[in-house]
Amino acid sequence: MQDMSQMSTTEQFFYYMQENGLYVFSQFLDHFLISIYGVLLAALIGIPLGILISKYSKLSGVVITLANIIQTIPALALMAILMLVLGLGKTTVIVTVFFYSLLPIIKNTYVGIKNINKSITDAGRGMGMTKAQVLYMVELPLSLSVIITGIRIALVVAIGITAIGAFIGAGGLGDIIIRGTNATDGTAIIIAGALPTALMAILSDVLLGLIERKLDPVKRQQKRINQVI
Amino acid sequence: MLKIENLTKVYRGGKVAVDQLNLDINQGEFIAFIGTSGSGKTTALRMINRMVEPTSGKMTLNDKDITKMNPVTLRRSIGYVIQQIGLMPHMTIRDNITLVPHLLKWSKEKKDETARRLIELVNLPPSYLDYYPAQLSGGQQQRIGVLRALAANQDIILMDEPFGALDPITRDTLQDLIKDIQQRLNKTVIFVTHDMDEAIKLADRIAIMHEGKLIQFDTPDNILANPANDFVKEFIGSHRLIQQKPNIKTVDEVMIKPISITIEKSLDEAIRLMVEKRVDTLFVTDGDNRLQGYLDVESFTGARKTKKSVSECYEKDIFYVKTGSKLQDSVRRILKRNLKNIPVVDEEHRLVGLVTRANIVDIVYDTIWGEEEETVQNKKELMSE
Repeated sequence: MQDMSQMSTTEQFFYYMQENGLYVFSQFLDHFLISIYGVLLAALIGIPLGILISKYSKLSGVVITLANIIQTIPALALMAILMLVLGLGKTTVIVTVFFYSLLPIIKNTYVGIKNINKSITDAGRGMGMTKAQVLYMVELPLSLSVIITGIRIALVVAIGITAIGAFIGAGGLGDIIIRGTNATDGTAIIIAGALPTALMAILSDVLLGLIERKLDPVKRQQKRINQVI
Repeated sequence: MLKIENLTKVYRGGKVAVDQLNLDINQGEFIAFIGTSGSGKTTALRMINRMVEPTSGKMTLNDKDITKMNPVTLRRSIGYVIQQIGLMPHMTIRDNITLVPHLLKWSKEKKDETARRLIELVNLPPSYLDYYPAQLSGGQQQRIGVLRALAANQDIILMDEPFGALDPITRDTLQDLIKDIQQRLNKTVIFVTHDMDEAIKLADRIAIMHEGKLIQFDTPDNILANPANDFVKEFIGSHRLIQQKPNIKTVDEVMIKPISITIEKSLDEAIRLMVEKRVDTLFVTDGDNRLQGYLDVESFTGARKTKKSVSECYEKDIFYVKTGSKLQDSVRRILKRNLKNIPVVDEEHRLVGLVTRANIVDIVYDTIWGEEEETVQNKKELMSE
């Protein structure tokens, strides 16, 4: 056993990672999955809801206001309220993430579809597309990159919320951070929890950004134009 | 072919957009709906493919009641071109052209073949099929928009101010193109416009609309000769009425004999001919006197050292009119495109004459002095009575 107090914070950090690498990795995975489940669930509900309110604009005000209100509740407070109903554990955190992801996903789907040039959908209808065909041949392909942006924002926020989820016993990297705050001289442990969290957020942001650019019909074309020239 | 009876559209709030419209349109006709904005012409057009549901009235297309058809099936059988073009930005030109065939579930080979055949119809290279709409200019995009309306062999094509957003020269080219396609493929076209020149140039019959009502439905010549009321008169514009008055002349009456040279002659011969005849432009023809292009002084400069024969340096891009076309139209074309002159060809594309800028002078003279002489004569007659 080495004398920890003789080591610098960096050395302590590497020592911790060496000893507990597998544990950090499993918490990393837990953390990631909790965030992903919440966001996927929100996408499953939010995208159809966004499409719906883009068609029936009377609903859009109500739905977006509701999602906005949820967004104003502090994460910890929302989690505490949900805990009263759902108890401790991962489920509560996933549901919290779900609620927080709804707004960006609904809003981006709505905006993505609303911003499509009216003449394009009009032409599609005029060519004899059914409503469903207009949706999946025109509206969805053209708004896909905007929808992905919504998911990207939601996922980054979700990773932050999941870190707080450790308070109600959901596990994840937040667990390591809390342990660090409780320990004397726990800086290295805090870093061991915080650094992977930040890394996860940045990586998922970059990755989804790449996907988003790939799916943007306009940007994709510019690339092709460059090739032609 | 298309019969419209008592077609009426009342919007919510009681605004009557189209009021008791009656039209009978034959196969192969080019019809223009014209009117000021808010006259209901676009609404009338959009009711034909039921983009707007009519409030009352009856429409039959080849004896089938349009209002009882499934709107989706109906729209797939009617071509539709809109002013905003509305190409799908995420699809290639090929997919855009064959959008309706795709909806009708044609085989891939048939779609590809159609796309290749059609793109040549509008003078674009087949390589454009793999491009995206954003890579094309506005005029090229609208050519694709027109093709999209032809791809599934639709007999009837609706056009809603298709060239409204294009510059005058592109518009002129596309007008020629669409008229040519319409005649060649014998399509029925219904065309909405607010440009009287466009309507006169293209349409077989013009329907003038005002405040939802049909004011006059007749051939351009008849409308110009006998406008139904003051509104029509004002709408046509007095300058067109005057233009039309000096008996409608055709190019055949005024054209002069052009100086032409056959394609296999040498440049030296061409220059000698120019000097001899005192002209700056020679029309290049083949052995059968068919028009191939032209050769003017500018083509010589520089080219004489390297090129020896006419075939190497004549200009192939040439605008021409057919015999029997109206003088006004030809003159308008000379002015619009800033040409020095315009050759006249017969049905077999043989060079038969030439209309020059001097003819413009004649027309201006006619409209200014011819009119006055007439009124002076009228006055004299009145006085003698």
